[in-house]
Formats: sequence, structure tokens, C-alpha cells
Amino acid sequence: MTNIKKQLDDILSRYSKDRENLIPLLQEVQERFGYLPEEAMELVADFLKLSNSTIYAVSTFYAQFKLTPTGKRLVKICRGTACHVRGGAQVLREVEKQLDIKPGETTKDLEYTLEMIACFGSCALAPVMVIDNTVYGRITTTKVGPTLADNKK
Amino acid sequence: MIFDELRTRAKAEWKTLKRSDRPRILIGAATCGQAAGASTVLETISTELALHNISASITQVGCIGLCYAEPLVTIAKPNQPAIFYGNVTPKITLRLIEDYILNDNPRPDLALGTIGDGEVKDIPKLFELPMLKSQIRIALRNSGLIDPENINHYIANDGYHGLAKALKMTPEEVIQEVKRSGLRGRGGAGFPAGLKWELCRKSPGETKYLICNADEGDPGAFMDRSLLEGDPHAVLEGMLIGAYAIGASEGYIYIRAEYPLAIKRLKVALAQMAEYGLLGDNILGSNFSFHIKIKQGAGAFVCGEETALIASIEGRRGMPRPRPPFPAQAGLWGKPTNINNVETWGNVSAILQRGAHWYSSYGTEKSKGTKTFALAGQIERTGLIEVPMGITLKEIIYDIGGGIPNGKRFKAAQTGGPSGGCLPASQLKLPVDYESLAEAGSIMGSGGMVVMDEDSCMVDIARYFLSFTRVESCGKCVPCRLGTKQMLAILENICNGKGRLEDIDLLLELGKSVKAGSLCGLGQTAPNPVLTTTRYFREEYEEHIRDRRCPALTCTELISYYILPNKCQGCVICLRECPSEAISGGKRLVHIIDQDKCTKCGICLDVCPAKFSAVAKVSGETVATPSEPVPVTAPKSRDKAASNE
Repeated sequence: MTNIKKQLDDILSRYSKDRENLIPLLQEVQERFGYLPEEAMELVADFLKLSNSTIYAVSTFYAQFKLTPTGKRLVKICRGTACHVRGGAQVLREVEKQLDIKPGETTKDLEYTLEMIACFGSCALAPVMVIDNTVYGRITTTKVGPTLADNKK
Repeated sequence: MIFDELRTRAKAEWKTLKRSDRPRILIGAATCGQAAGASTVLETISTELALHNISASITQVGCIGLCYAEPLVTIAKPNQPAIFYGNVTPKITLRLIEDYILNDNPRPDLALGTIGDGEVKDIPKLFELPMLKSQIRIALRNSGLIDPENINHYIANDGYHGLAKALKMTPEEVIQEVKRSGLRGRGGAGFPAGLKWELCRKSPGETKYLICNADEGDPGAFMDRSLLEGDPHAVLEGMLIGAYAIGASEGYIYIRAEYPLAIKRLKVALAQMAEYGLLGDNILGSNFSFHIKIKQGAGAFVCGEETALIASIEGRRGMPRPRPPFPAQAGLWGKPTNINNVETWGNVSAILQRGAHWYSSYGTEKSKGTKTFALAGQIERTGLIEVPMGITLKEIIYDIGGGIPNGKRFKAAQTGGPSGGCLPASQLKLPVDYESLAEAGSIMGSGGMVVMDEDSCMVDIARYFLSFTRVESCGKCVPCRLGTKQMLAILENICNGKGRLEDIDLLLELGKSVKAGSLCGLGQTAPNPVLTTTRYFREEYEEHIRDRRCPALTCTELISYYILPNKCQGCVICLRECPSEAISGGKRLVHIIDQDKCTKCGICLDVCPAKFSAVAKVSGETVATPSEPVPVTAPKSRDKAASNE
């Protein structure tokens, strides 16, 4: 049995076969693997008695789901209004420069994935940058380097 | 367990806490507090208390809305009013523990204000501060003051009293009460809540669903996150009351996955409710049963639209469908469904606790009660506020928000996110209510308010919002899918200096068609940012097109950076920092930017020492510079700099 199959058995055992569980299931699969492996999507399709194309349609509709592996750390830059008027674009440019990737891409060493996110709701502290689940407020271009470095350990 | 018993027990716990002979320390630990450094402050407090062998209670509370002063720490010593301290760092924490907790010096220089009976010399009352004075806190009544993970704190502050009251009324009477309060949906459109409930109640069918929309997607809005993090039970009690009124036994909370702390707080709250008999079968010993499930959104803005949200709960692509039938007739799995947003539910619990008459005493004739706003952008005091409907924009921005920082001029207030518009200074006297905002071309929206100063370019802002709605358009209907794309293309041309004067009218024409032809609220409102900015700031569009000039110096393609030969001191800082190696020069030589190589990142402007200020950012003009580096002629500014320091 493949590793993916083993992990999926564990996840699927906690869900009923109702269609409403599709998105929560995909969310848990992604939580486990960092992305949605093709084999896992097929297993979810079998389990819910849905076609592979349905699973593909749903997982490509929502911005949260990724079909390729992501880096160990997820760096998210807010593209919300408050961050925009307070210099979010400059922060993004600096992160792009430091990591040498564009939003949606992963560094070659699989350390970082960079993403743009609609809004974290931390607008009062704009601009913000989020690394994994930690929100860094009032970020400036000069703080980008040290903040990334702090997270590299 | 019956409600009176729960209440007596909760009140006893709350009283013991308040009258305790040990100091109480509250720390604002909502997402924004944590982003500002609340967790390191919390660690410092725990270590220091242990070090000095002080016994004190520490409570993590939600947001009181003074986001500009985060992290916030409150210290309540026995028989003293509680004192709020703002912008607390680990260093300030050490001072507060030593000076106030150990030595009774309340440090008025560090304090914001006090809450509770009694006065402390030289410290104002917190709710007398300009930021809080004109606020009326109904939905946010407990946020920042109680432990959101302790149901007893909520119950002791009148919590679930509204539900207990509702259960003694008939469902029709509850609906009447909500109708009398005048409450309108706080998600944006402002549909009367009581009427919506009535339609759902009257729809035939045994099974009905109730949904709390917590898919707060407007960029610049964080009211719902704060309320769920600071007082989840206020929302949950509202849901129970609504479920009883419409006759639903199952409910969902559809919440963004980007709000992990709010989700955690909800889970804790639901478990406590179940334990107290406030959730599940036969709630508080009545015949009313209700179950709640949490569904996490997966990152699609359109799912804030109710039919798209329903599709998403059902496990499908979150695309809207034509209405009618409305969800009240055929919603989740085809059954009658009632959807209201977080803030609406937070108001419902207050209305049942204190009465429709009390609630409707706030607000205007058609817009009753209060509205929360997330105040952000270029404003002195950012934060989460709750104000009576009918207050003017000016009062919000200047009295509560403290105006524009750094001596800049106010340019526009953006309300309603991507569905709303930018209101100029001439609209500052506008009362904030559903009708007035719509008349001015914007919308109330869910409550995001982003303030912009003279450095914000209105064409860039319109482009920004259109780029947002274009990405988030689900693609189902043509006007929205293609209309937003074409509008964005025109706006990008204008921002890049490639616009034509006739583009403005084309934008208006397209905007009107997208509004008229789109299937759901996303497309129907997507042109609003363009329509309001062309209405109020048309000359700025014309300057971009005619003069290739961005007056706010924002649009990259239309600006240039120059080093002023009469100011440059030849210090090589900018030359070293320039990432594109576009600067030539040397020690004591005037530096020059090669305009062809310059990527306009602005780093030279940031790093040029303030005492030199030798980098200029201009649009629509050029600055004469030497063709190659020449010796510096500007007088050495060292003496001047020394006297400034």
C-alpha cells in the first residue's frame, strides 16, 4: 500500500460519504501533504462516489487548494486595500527579490512558497506579511530580510 | 439545567473574579494584538510574575478596537479601576509590573485610560477618549472586556438572557420583536432581518436551515473576525434566537479559513454551549433543538454571496445562481434557508436581551441601531469602531479616527470594499446610513472603511479593486467575467500612460452594462469603485491621459526619480543600495540615475539621508542633471545636521 493510500484511509475513516464533506476532506488532505496529490484526489473521488473531474473542478475553483507541492514555509503577502495604500506592493517586491520567486511559486530548495492573499483582516496593522500562521504587522521593506531570516531556523 | 441556575453561577464567578484580592491582568490577544506582539508581552508578564512571586490572574481577551495602540494590556488591582496601557512592549511590561503592581505608581505617562468605578489621578476615563466617546457598542458590547473562551463571563454580562426570553415567546412574537427593532442585514445590502426571517418561517416544509455568513471577504474589513474572536457567544446566541424564530434545527457557520483564531474560539464556545444545555436537543429544557456545524471556506470571495455560499457548503464550486427562488424558499439542499452575517446575529442577541424599543432608539429613521467599521488606511487611529447610524463621515474620520497623519490632506474614504466607492472631501458631511451612502454612489457594505490621503492615486485605487474583482469573478456570467476584464485593461492603460480621453466614457458605459447585466452582487457592484472615482476625481483620470502625469506620484510608469545635483553630497549610499545598478557616481561626486536602467523601486529615496533629501520623485516633468558625475557643489551639510540633532 502506498503511503498516500495509508494516510487517506486514516483521513477517510473519520468522514461519512456525503457530498458536503468534499471540501473539508480536500482541506484535510492538503493539511497533511501540503498540496493535493493526484492519487489522493482519486481516492477522495472513489470514496464520495464522484467523478475525478468533479474533484478537479472543485479543487481548482478555490484559491486555497494547490495541485503541486509547496515549500516548507508559506509566506503570504496581503493584497488588501489597507495594505495596498500603506505600501504592500513594495513589501511584495522586496520578498520577491529576496526569495527570487513570484507569487504562486516555490523556491527550488522547497523552503518557501510565496502567495498573495486577499485580506487577513489585520488591516489596522497594514502592511502585513504572514509566515505559516504568524502574522507580522507594520512590515517595511527593511524588515522583510530579518523576518524571513528569523523563520529560517 | 435551567437558565436561572446557570446565570446565578456565572454571576458568582464573575463577582469573585472582580473582587479578587489579587491583581487581574488582561491582554488583548486577538489576531491583530498578536501581530503587534501580544504573545511576547504575555510571555514577559508570566516570567516576571513568577520571578517576583506575584499571584495574579491573566486573561487573554479579544479586541476593544484600539488597534493603533496594540498590544494592549489592562491591569486591575483590587478595589481600583482597571487601567489600560497601549503600545506595550516587553520593556514597558517590566516597568508596569515593577512600578504599578509592586509599587503602586500607575504610570499615567504610559496609560490610555481607566474603566470601572473610581478615578486614578492624571489618567482619563477610557470611554471618554476621543476614539471611544461617540461610539455606541452593541455588537461589540463585550469585546475586549471578557474572556471569550469562558461562557460564564458572557452569561454574567446578560448573555443567553435574550434566548431565555425568546423561548418564553412564540416564534411569531420573536419575529415581530426583531421587525420592530428595525434591524437590517449588516452584510451589506441591508435587507430587513425580521422580514427575511418571516419569509423563511412561512415557507412550506418541515426542514429548514440557518446559516451564519462569516465569509468576510472585503479587503480592508475585519469586523466579523474581531467579533468572533472577542465575543463568539454574542453571535451564537443570535443564531439560536433566529433558529427558534424560523423553525430551523440545523445551522452552519461558514467562515474563512484565513481566520484560524476565530474558528478556534467558535469551537471552544460550541463545546461549552453543549455542556451547558444551550446547544443540541431540548435547549434549556424546552422543545427547541438546534445543532451547529462549522464549515471553512476555501478562499473564494464570491462565496460571500448567499447562493454561492450555499453551493460551497454543499461541496460544489461556489458559483451563484439566479434568484428567485430565494434561499428563504429553496436554499441549502433545496430547503428554506435563512442567512445573516456575523454582525447581524451579534445584534439579534442584544435586541432580545434589551428590547426592540431600546435598539431602535439609536440610528436614523430607516437605518436603526449601530454599525461597526474597520477603520484603516492613512488615518491616525486605526481600529474597530461601532457608531450609531447617521453619524457623519467627518465625525468618524476626524473625531474618532483623529484625522490624517503626517500633516497630509484627506483625499477619499473608501467604504464597502470592492463593491463600494471612494467618497471625496465634499461628501464628508454625509450621514452614514444605507440610503445616503447609496445615493453618493458607494454602499454601506459590511463595514470596511479605508481612508486615503493625497498620496493615493484614485485611478490606481480603481485599478486595484478591478484587479481584485476580475480575479474573484467566478466566470459564470459574461458581463462580470468579460466586463471586469475589459474595464481592468482600460484602467491599466491609463495607469501606464497609454490611455485615450474617450476611455473614460467607455469605462462608464461598460460599468453600467456590467452593473445591469451581472448575475450576482459581485458583478452588480464591481464597477462602483470606477464609477465613483470617475464621478468625483475625473480630472485625475484626465491628467493621467492628457499630461501623462500621476499627481499622487503612485503610478510607476508615470513617475521618475532624480538625484538633485544641488543637494547630492556624494555619499554613495544610494549607489550601493540600488538593486538595478542604475546609479553612477562616487565619493563627493554628484550621483546620476540612468533613467533607462531605473526600475522605480524607490529605494534611493528611502535610503537618502533625511538631512540631504537629494532624491526627488516627480511625474510629468524632468529634472536637469549633469550627463556624467561631477564634483559635489552643495555645501557640506554636516554642521546643519549636527544642529538638528
